[in-house]
Parts: sequence; C-alpha cells; structure tokens
Amino acid sequence: MNSILNEFKSTSALCEEELHDSLYDWDTANGFALPTFEFPAVHNLNRFMKDITSASAPCQIEIQHGTTTLAFKFKSGVIVAADSRASQGNYVSTSSVKKIIEINPFLLGTMAGGAADCTFWQRELGRQCRLYELRNKERISVAAASKLLANMIYRYKGMGLSMGTMVTGWDKTGPKIFYVDSDGTRVDGELFSVGSGSPFAYGIIDNGFDFDLDVPSAIDLGKRAIYHATHRDGASGGTVNLYHVKPDGWARIGRWDVEDLHWEFQDQPKPSPINSSVIG
Amino acid sequence: MDSFLPVQVSWTPQTAASGSDFYPYTNNAGTVAGISGGDFCVMAADTRQSFGVGYLINTRYQPKMFKLSNGSVLGTSGFYADGLTLIKRINQRLEWYKHAHDKEMSTPALAQLLSITLYSKRFFPYYARVLLGGLDLEGHGVVYGYDSIGSYEPCLARATGSGGSLIQPFLDNQIYRKTPLGILQAPHTLDQVKAVMRDSFTSATERDIQTGDYLELFIITAQGVDVEKYDLRKD
Repeated sequence: MNSILNEFKSTSALCEEELHDSLYDWDTANGFALPTFEFPAVHNLNRFMKDITSASAPCQIEIQHGTTTLAFKFKSGVIVAADSRASQGNYVSTSSVKKIIEINPFLLGTMAGGAADCTFWQRELGRQCRLYELRNKERISVAAASKLLANMIYRYKGMGLSMGTMVTGWDKTGPKIFYVDSDGTRVDGELFSVGSGSPFAYGIIDNGFDFDLDVPSAIDLGKRAIYHATHRDGASGGTVNLYHVKPDGWARIGRWDVEDLHWEFQDQPKPSPINSSVIG
Repeated sequence: MDSFLPVQVSWTPQTAASGSDFYPYTNNAGTVAGISGGDFCVMAADTRQSFGVGYLINTRYQPKMFKLSNGSVLGTSGFYADGLTLIKRINQRLEWYKHAHDKEMSTPALAQLLSITLYSKRFFPYYARVLLGGLDLEGHGVVYGYDSIGSYEPCLARATGSGGSLIQPFLDNQIYRKTPLGILQAPHTLDQVKAVMRDSFTSATERDIQTGDYLELFIITAQGVDVEKYDLRKD
C-alpha cells in the first residue's frame, strides 16, 4: 500500500519540478543553440525550393531581394553604403529597406540577395557575438565574427539560402572588411561591392579611389557610387544609406534620395513639379 | 496528393521526376492593406476566398484578418490554411508570453516574433503574405509588411496579396504623397484614411478577380479594435 502511495508521491514531486523548470529556468542547452528549421518530407530539398519559388508555380513564393552595396577601406576607416530598393520579381516591394545591418555598435553587415536570409542570420550573428563578449570579456574580432557567420551559413549550403554580405568593423587589428556569401566564400579585402548594381559601383569607386582621401571626399565617393548604380541598374534605387566605421564604432552618416542626388550630380536645379509636366 | 493541386493547371512540380509530387500549396488569395496614423491604425481586407488559379469562389465571407490578444491585428492572404496555422502559432506564443511575463507583448516585439516564426519555415515556407497592424510603445499607429519568409519593415501604408500591386501605387499617391520629385507627406485623419481604404478596395475589386464581396475594416485605437463591414462588388 505504501509503495503505491510513494509511487504517486514521487510522480507528483517530479511533475512540480518539471513545471518549475519549464517556467522559471533558462534552458541553457536550448537557449544557446543555433536556430532550427522545419523541413518538408521530400527527397530533394533543392528541387522543392526551386519548385516553390519558380515563376511558373501556381503559388510562387516571392522572396524580397536586395541589390547594390559597397564597402571600402581608406585612411580614416571604412565607408559602407547601400541603396534601399527591394524587389520581388519586377515589382518594387519597398523603397526604404535598411540594407546596412547594425549587428552591434562595432559591427556592420550589408544585405544583398534574400532580404530575410541576411537580416535573420546577421541578427543571429549579433547574438553569437554578444555571447562571445560575455564568455571572453572582450569584443570579438571582425575576422572571428565573419567566420561565425560563414560557418553558420555553410551548414545550409546548396539548400537555397541567398546572401552576399560584407561584415565590417574596427578591431585590435584595425579596420576590416570580410565578404561572406551563401556559397561559403569568406574573404578579407580592401574594397567590395555586392549585388546586381555592383559593376557600376566598382567603376565609380575604382575611378575615384585614393587611400588618402579625407572623410568628406570618401563619403562623397560612396554616395556617387551607389547613385550611379541606381541610375544604371533597374533593380537598385530609392535612397543611399551611408555609414562610416571608425575606431570607436560605426557612425550613421546619412540618407539621401537618389532623385535629389541626380540633380545635384548633374549640377542642375531640381525641376519644380509645375514645370516637370512639360519636360520630355 | 492530387487534391492539393489547383484545377486547370498543367504545371507539375519537377520533384515528380525525383519520385515525389509534393506541392503543398494552393492560392486562396485576396487582398490585405494597412495604413497607420498618428494615434490609430486601419487594417483592411476583402472577405472573398477563391480556390487556386481556377476561377472558383469557395466562399464570399471568410474573414482573413484576426484580432490578436495583445490588441494588434494580423491580416493574411495567400494559402488560407497556412495563414490559419500561422495565426494559431502566434496566438499560442502570445499566451505563453503573457503567462511568463504577466503582460501583453508589444506590437514591435510581435513584429520581430512574426518574422522569426516565418523564417523558421525558411525551407518549407508558409504561403502567406501577411500584414501586422497595431500601436507602438508610444501609441502611434504602425503597420509592418512582410515577405513569405520573414523579411519585414514598418511602413506608413502597405498593401499585399492578389490586389496588393493594384492598391500600393494608390497608397503611395494618397498617403505617402510620392511625386516624381519627392515626398509631400501630410498627416491624415481617421476619416480620410477610411475613405482611402474604401476607395482602394472598390477599385481593386474592379480589376482583380480574387478580390471582392465584402470589405472589413479593423480600426485600432488605444480604446480597442472596431470592426466595420462594407459591401464590395460580388461578380
């Protein structure tokens, strides 16, 4: 009889303990784990992803795509600039995307390729960097941060992720830019531009670049490069967002509508709305 | 699996070649739109539910906007079953949050939660185009627009779903006041916003076969959520 009673007793005590755990305790194993995903029960995941995102599918999953981004080193740090257009096929789904992602006060990431892929994984990278900081009592290097990102992404290689990103920041070794993409590439460099508008941006940067540029000229070069990319690439547009990475973290320099920049760079006054109807 | 495939479609998934014809979506479409104001937010959706790319109408009244427990409103279009499942998951997370923290989740926090919930199905997405409307921490109206896998952004006015590309340019003009030469933004009153919404859906119904029947407006203010229903064309 007692044994039966004890059986019930111990069960109820266990339940209370489990309840307490689930309500009050931080589950370390789960809390620090990498994100998990639900997968369809198909043999060929790659095919499935292609099927559902195909333009001829009855229910096409349309993913927002980002387009021109650039980052270059010069004597006073790094200039990071991007446009703000996101398109789903030929449709401009928004013109106010923040393609420069603030991972933490010292690290910036850029967005090209799938918008959700870039924002999700760079937010996750921000979390990992914070954990690193807490564990090691010092900030993570840009090299290590970009490697964390590259390794996370590499687990999903060939499964349809699409991201081309530059991880930039200033650490003990100075200003750094790493290009990381969903194929698994990770390279250290001085100057990168990513996205469909990148050939135009490269043209402007290569033409006007000098390592000894002062800060206002470097900002102007970044602005011009993105503007020219938005002018020639249909998938880029909206506004130029620009950041400057300095020894004590990044600073947001500004945002300019490319239409305003167009008239500024043409050295012409912006036409008034009243006259614009007779132009053409 | 055949019953999942919409009628009148010759397209078959390429997975068939690898021994599977798994295509778990159909398009019930419809349109959802949201406009945010200084101290209010108006969400709107038609109530028609269609079946696939065939021209069948399942029902003329199946609401696709849902009031959530924290006072915000989630609108879904696309595959209705996926939308419902998403709502179920979100509602459950809201309840867990309430019991764990003894308060309601804020709309901006919910916006991020919705994003990662959509992204957790990155490799098996919900075919749902969603819009989240509510009030932010300061009590200003906010509308969050999403893609199917969780890319999101707060916006002043946003339309999505089958009539989304018809309505969005109208909202750009009427709400954002985007001109070829810049933005001439002006604040809008609740009555103006409601009028713009009704005009948007009346016009979208003219040109989109999957939008029509009734229009529901969810008006979110600090006092709560009011629901208004209007007629749309039924052809």
